[in-house]
Amino acid sequence: MNLEYSDADQAFREEVQNFLRDNTPSTIRTKIDARQKLTKEDYMAWHKILYGRGWVAPNWPVEFGGTGWTPLQCHIFDEEIGLSGSPRVLPFGVNMVGPVIMEFGNDTQKAHYLPRILSCEDVWCQGYSEPGSGSDLASLKTRATRDGDEYVVNGSKIWTTSAHWADMIFCLVRTDTNAKNQEGISFLLINMHESGIDVRPIITMDGGHEVNQVFFEDVRVPITNLVGEENKGWTYAKFLLKHERAGIAAIGSQKRQLNRLKEIARAEQSNGQALIEEPRFRDKISRAEIELMALEYTELRAVSAANQGRVPGTEVNLLKIRGSEMQQKISELLIEAIGYYANPFVPDSFDAGWNEEPIGPDYAAALAPEYFNWRKSSIYAGSNEIQKNIISKMVLGL
Amino acid sequence: MNFSLSDEQKLLKDSVDRFVAERYGLDARRTLIASEDGYGRKNWKTFAELGWLAIPFSDASGGLGGGPIEVMVLMEAFGRGLVVEPFISTILMGATLVETLGDKEQKAAIIPPVVRGEKLISFAHVEAQSRFTLSDVITTASTDGNGYRISGHKAVVFGGDSANQLIVSARTSGNQRDEDGISLFLVDAEAKGITRRSYGTVDGLRAAEITLSNVLVGPETMLGKEGNSFAGIESVVDGATAAVCAEAVGVMDSLQEQTLEHLKTREQFGLKLGKFQALQHRSVDMFVACQEARTMMYVATLSLNKPRADRIRAVSAAKSHIGQAGRLVGQEAVQLHGGMGMTDELAVGHYFKRLTMIDTLFGNTDHHLERFAATVHG
Ligand SMILES: Cc1cc2nc3c(=O)[nH]c(=O)nc-3n(C[C@H](O)[C@H](O)[C@H](O)COP(=O)(O)OP(=O)(O)OC[C@H]3O[C@@H](n4cnc5c(N)ncnc54)[C@H](O)[C@@H]3O)c2cc1C
Ligand SMILES: Cc1cc2nc3c(=O)[nH]c(=O)nc-3n(C[C@H](O)[C@H](O)[C@H](O)COP(=O)(O)OP(=O)(O)OC[C@H]3O[C@@H](n4cnc5c(N)ncnc54)[C@H](O)[C@@H]3O)c2cc1C
Repeated sequence: MNLEYSDADQAFREEVQNFLRDNTPSTIRTKIDARQKLTKEDYMAWHKILYGRGWVAPNWPVEFGGTGWTPLQCHIFDEEIGLSGSPRVLPFGVNMVGPVIMEFGNDTQKAHYLPRILSCEDVWCQGYSEPGSGSDLASLKTRATRDGDEYVVNGSKIWTTSAHWADMIFCLVRTDTNAKNQEGISFLLINMHESGIDVRPIITMDGGHEVNQVFFEDVRVPITNLVGEENKGWTYAKFLLKHERAGIAAIGSQKRQLNRLKEIARAEQSNGQALIEEPRFRDKISRAEIELMALEYTELRAVSAANQGRVPGTEVNLLKIRGSEMQQKISELLIEAIGYYANPFVPDSFDAGWNEEPIGPDYAAALAPEYFNWRKSSIYAGSNEIQKNIISKMVLGL
Repeated sequence: MNFSLSDEQKLLKDSVDRFVAERYGLDARRTLIASEDGYGRKNWKTFAELGWLAIPFSDASGGLGGGPIEVMVLMEAFGRGLVVEPFISTILMGATLVETLGDKEQKAAIIPPVVRGEKLISFAHVEAQSRFTLSDVITTASTDGNGYRISGHKAVVFGGDSANQLIVSARTSGNQRDEDGISLFLVDAEAKGITRRSYGTVDGLRAAEITLSNVLVGPETMLGKEGNSFAGIESVVDGATAAVCAEAVGVMDSLQEQTLEHLKTREQFGLKLGKFQALQHRSVDMFVACQEARTMMYVATLSLNKPRADRIRAVSAAKSHIGQAGRLVGQEAVQLHGGMGMTDELAVGHYFKRLTMIDTLFGNTDHHLERFAATVHG
């Protein structure tokens, strides 16, 4: 046992750091530093830069365009991306549907979709949740009825992140209404530009637009877009959920947030001293840092086991719970740090090109909206209650 | 010991509850927030007609001579409706400062028009560096002839965008955080040398950054004695703190009810969400937090007229406790609503945001814990 990274891993980390430092476009860097919104074009530009370096899908096998890195190297890469503040690649193609197609898709699908995911020719979104089916995903009702060489899809998906940017959506659809819930579901790839699809924005309480409701009315989808077997979609869906939750602890970006918290607490004054000197607040920062350490090394235990060839198991559920709680905790401390300046809200200031004087310190504007927005992390990707249900059943045997 | 409202207080409660239920839906509120004023002039007029704006002022000043309990009743209902009218800034801060520290002429000039709904006053006190320390004032007022010149920057002045008049705190002597040496001035909001930068807040209110550069005021504008207004500020802020505790309780009760309603209607896995024990227990925790918050609201309200040390102890205990309870109730309400709780469309998020921001007002949970601790341990 030891806690050290090997020399090779350290060298790898430096290589990643250098790359990120030298290759993040200044337009993106400026927005990140100013806490402004990234556009679809920013995400695509960044995706293509990583693609150019061969690093867009680190966890894919080399034969499909992955890196061949060890799980620990993938972890280091993720951590460095987060620490640098560079955007993460949109996960829906690379981390979600890609692995499903590799595992369960046919050769034609692999040859068509995988390269387009890598090159960002297709932007993907995830069509799982429905208005009536959130935690109880298997109760989903969106119907796909066979009609010759096509499926005809009717129904609605909701909370679909990035649907307004997407070219493709992978959907769970019901193909057998007589079978038990889990047994009548299929995994279908649908072109978002098809007629009969309507994407309506859902504005979240922080004022942002990242999720949507997607409506399908008689949308015709070639049966060649079915992944694997009809009515076996639930198996593929569960396989995917594991991938969705991996990396969700986002250690790198959490460390970045914690550093930001410390910087702000150094800059903020409280009763004649820096806020960070105030024992009550300093304890809270320390507490958060200790919890983050516990999370980081818990994740590293899992990564290290994976490095030795063990398949990841239910630890992803634990990492999802604690990762989301920590994101929320740190964002809570961030608004706490800025006192009254959590209140002002100037939505335009989050758009690139806004160059008025900030209200209050320049780090303050985004913090309350971010805090509100982070409430999502204990809800999405399987709510924390559902994660706990899974752990208590699968791990504790209750 | 008695925690019941008098008959008159019950009538007040009925009337404000009815107003909120009938006239203050989420859509009406959205329209107000998006309007130029950011609040409802018509609502404000109604408040005046119903006598709500007169409640905290003495008969002699043209008020109704109500006390902390009446204010609590109003504020709880305002919380339940997420009312955006500038009641705290104008009535509980601005005009109450005049009532507390002003002389006869000042009261006569200000309180009657305020009570009629014709004048808005904000208290421009907090500064960028002051955080929650009430005595941390670096805005200065230096003598000029027999008047003063005021210069400085005031941060996040609630209602500061629409106020006709400002009460500006400024240092006439002493060091940055000395309690002595702070004076208050009644300044016309349009006076020469004042710049206001107005903006909306994350919870739908309005505020302004106010910069004063060499604003010339006469000696008659001083509220209270020169350099001697700290005690008045502190007691007015304690009153407003108790009032936002009541507002928070209204917000929390509403969040708890909305959440219960959701758990009783939304189904997953073929069951109402409320059938899952994990959620039942969480709802009980929310209920308990609301009950205790209500208790502490009473404790704070009923201590406002007590001697300073008792008042501080009670108000800080309540603000700190309600800050913590509010965080739990707000976060849980969003969580138990699932994705719906994250939306701008549903009311939950709006209540959650207001509750979150109430914690930043007049000192947050930690600030009041510290202030309470100081009363215990000297
Ligand atoms: C910002 C955001 C982005 C999202 N992006 C996507 C996306 O891209 N694609 C997609 O398909 N989905 C997405 N989702 C949807 C997300 O997966 C669902 O919101 C989530 O599964 C919860 O479902 P629900 O919202 O219907 O809540 P519900 O399932 O109605 O749950 C409400 C509450 O009840 C609790 N609960 C439910 N059942 C139980 C139980 N048995 N025991 C204990 N507690 C229970 C939940 O934990 C929650 O607290 C996103 C959600 C958000 C908020
Ligand atoms: C100091 C002491 C004094 C006592 N005095 C008396 C007395 O004077 N007269 C008397 O009759 N009894 C008395 N009791 C007994 C006491 O009432 C029981 O211990 C209590 O009811 C719990 O029962 P149990 O010990 O069998 O635990 P269990 O009922 O087996 O419970 C074990 C755990 O499971 C939890 N649990 C059980 N059911 C559920 C559920 N449906 N949902 C969620 N959680 C659940 C419990 O909360 C507990 O944490 C006393 C006990 C103690 C410790």
